[in-house]
Amino acid sequence: MIVGEQKPIKEILKMTAPHHKLLVLGCGTCVETCFAGGEDEVAALASLLRLASRKDGRSLHIEEFTVERQCEDAFIAEAAEAVARNEAVLSLACGAGVQAVARRFPRFRVLPGVNTTFIGVLEHRGVFTEECSGCGDCQLAMFGGVCPFSRCAKKLLNGPCGGSRNGKCEVNADTDCAWHLIIERLTALGRLNELRTYVPPKNWQPSLSGGPRRLIREDHIL
Amino acid sequence: MKTEPASRLERLLSQGRFAVTAECGPPRGANGEVIRRKGALLKGAVDAVNVTDNQTAIVRMSSIAAAKHLLDSGIEPVMQMVTRDRNRIALQSDILGAYALGIRNILCLSGDHQCFGSQPDALNVFDIDSMNLIRTVRTMKEDGTDMSGHPLDEPPNMFIGAAANPFADPFEYRVLRLAKKIDAGADFIQTQCIYNLERFKKWMEMAAGEGLTEKVHILAGVTPLKSAGMAKYMARNVAGMDIPEAILNRMAGVPKENAAGEGIAICLETIAALREMPGVHGIHIMAIEWEEQVRPIVEQAGLLPRP
Repeated sequence: MIVGEQKPIKEILKMTAPHHKLLVLGCGTCVETCFAGGEDEVAALASLLRLASRKDGRSLHIEEFTVERQCEDAFIAEAAEAVARNEAVLSLACGAGVQAVARRFPRFRVLPGVNTTFIGVLEHRGVFTEECSGCGDCQLAMFGGVCPFSRCAKKLLNGPCGGSRNGKCEVNADTDCAWHLIIERLTALGRLNELRTYVPPKNWQPSLSGGPRRLIREDHIL
Repeated sequence: MKTEPASRLERLLSQGRFAVTAECGPPRGANGEVIRRKGALLKGAVDAVNVTDNQTAIVRMSSIAAAKHLLDSGIEPVMQMVTRDRNRIALQSDILGAYALGIRNILCLSGDHQCFGSQPDALNVFDIDSMNLIRTVRTMKEDGTDMSGHPLDEPPNMFIGAAANPFADPFEYRVLRLAKKIDAGADFIQTQCIYNLERFKKWMEMAAGEGLTEKVHILAGVTPLKSAGMAKYMARNVAGMDIPEAILNRMAGVPKENAAGEGIAICLETIAALREMPGVHGIHIMAIEWEEQVRPIVEQAGLLPRP
């Protein structure tokens, strides 16, 4: 899923300060699962903004609304009436959702309430870890199912570097060394000797360095 | 295309001479005099001088420029190059430029992560890794082409170095990675600073068992300790560093004013032990901001005069 976290309240207050009528718009998919932008977070943030405006003696009317996915126009359309009643939208979706909402409502200011952080997994309750950088050319078969592009701080293809200690990354002692995991996995699978093979430089063209990407599925175009 | 050695270091090592190299960090400023002064301290005491490339991710004079200053002072440089700050286009371009300036040795590294430096907010590049860089230089040298396969009108005949850390985890994998670097094209290896001789010996035996010491020149890294504090700091905070308790106790056991002397004594004992180890073809002295100690160390180790 896409993992994100709500922006610091100070930043949100500064962004929203010019507006008197604000729609706080939640997204019920990824950011709901990571407690950043679902219905509950919309309610909590709306209360906080109301309290803050009262304390500052500002007039602020806040409306709450949550759609299933802000990255799909069919769902965004459900928010049209609520958007029309307000001056601006504070979107609690990922960056894709914020942009999709902005595209749908060109005459409204759409503000981001969430920092989109990574594509990751729920490691255990309340802990999310990055596992994919969407490089467009998945090579997990080669690395025992552990991605060195997204999980090694130096993106080493022929790791590990000399800095890991007790299986942890030199950059952060709480982070597992991806190469340590790769070696462990391949050892368990009896395939460690595969790491003797030189891995050539990665082709970054299918990644973001090739420019914004687009996926076309001819078989699904109507 | 196998060409004659253009590097003096390569000639010495292929003649079976025990090599001595040292390290020299470029200044945090634009004054070339600093690097020439450091060079003068090392001239004649070592066979080649390593020039670091923005080590610990701190902005310094470029390794190419600093290496050129050494070259002009009559000292053979080993240019370090890290993949942290440049993509493959810039790396290849700089390899060509360095060779055109007369630089004949390159040490291929990934580089310290920028979070350890003075600008942790920088974007890192890591377009390719150190293994890829080694292979790139070899392709340029032996096939005479760049990474795209385009022919070069003059291939850079670099003597190619790589780093190895016998003390990093997981230990069993370190020799496999060394083998990979040799396959990729490394001609010589510089190791992490050695304090744990037992573990280094085991690593060398494993490497010899794989036939690797026949294929590559291993230069064993040493760093003289200046004080008990430095020893403790390195043991605790420097990634991949292994300083045994016995060494820490020795440094802490002498009066403060004798600590530097003790550090040099440890260094000399280490060098003596390394010279006896089969497969060790030289030493690399990393006297961090202590370049004036290199000549006395080489002299007391009985390694002067240099060829």
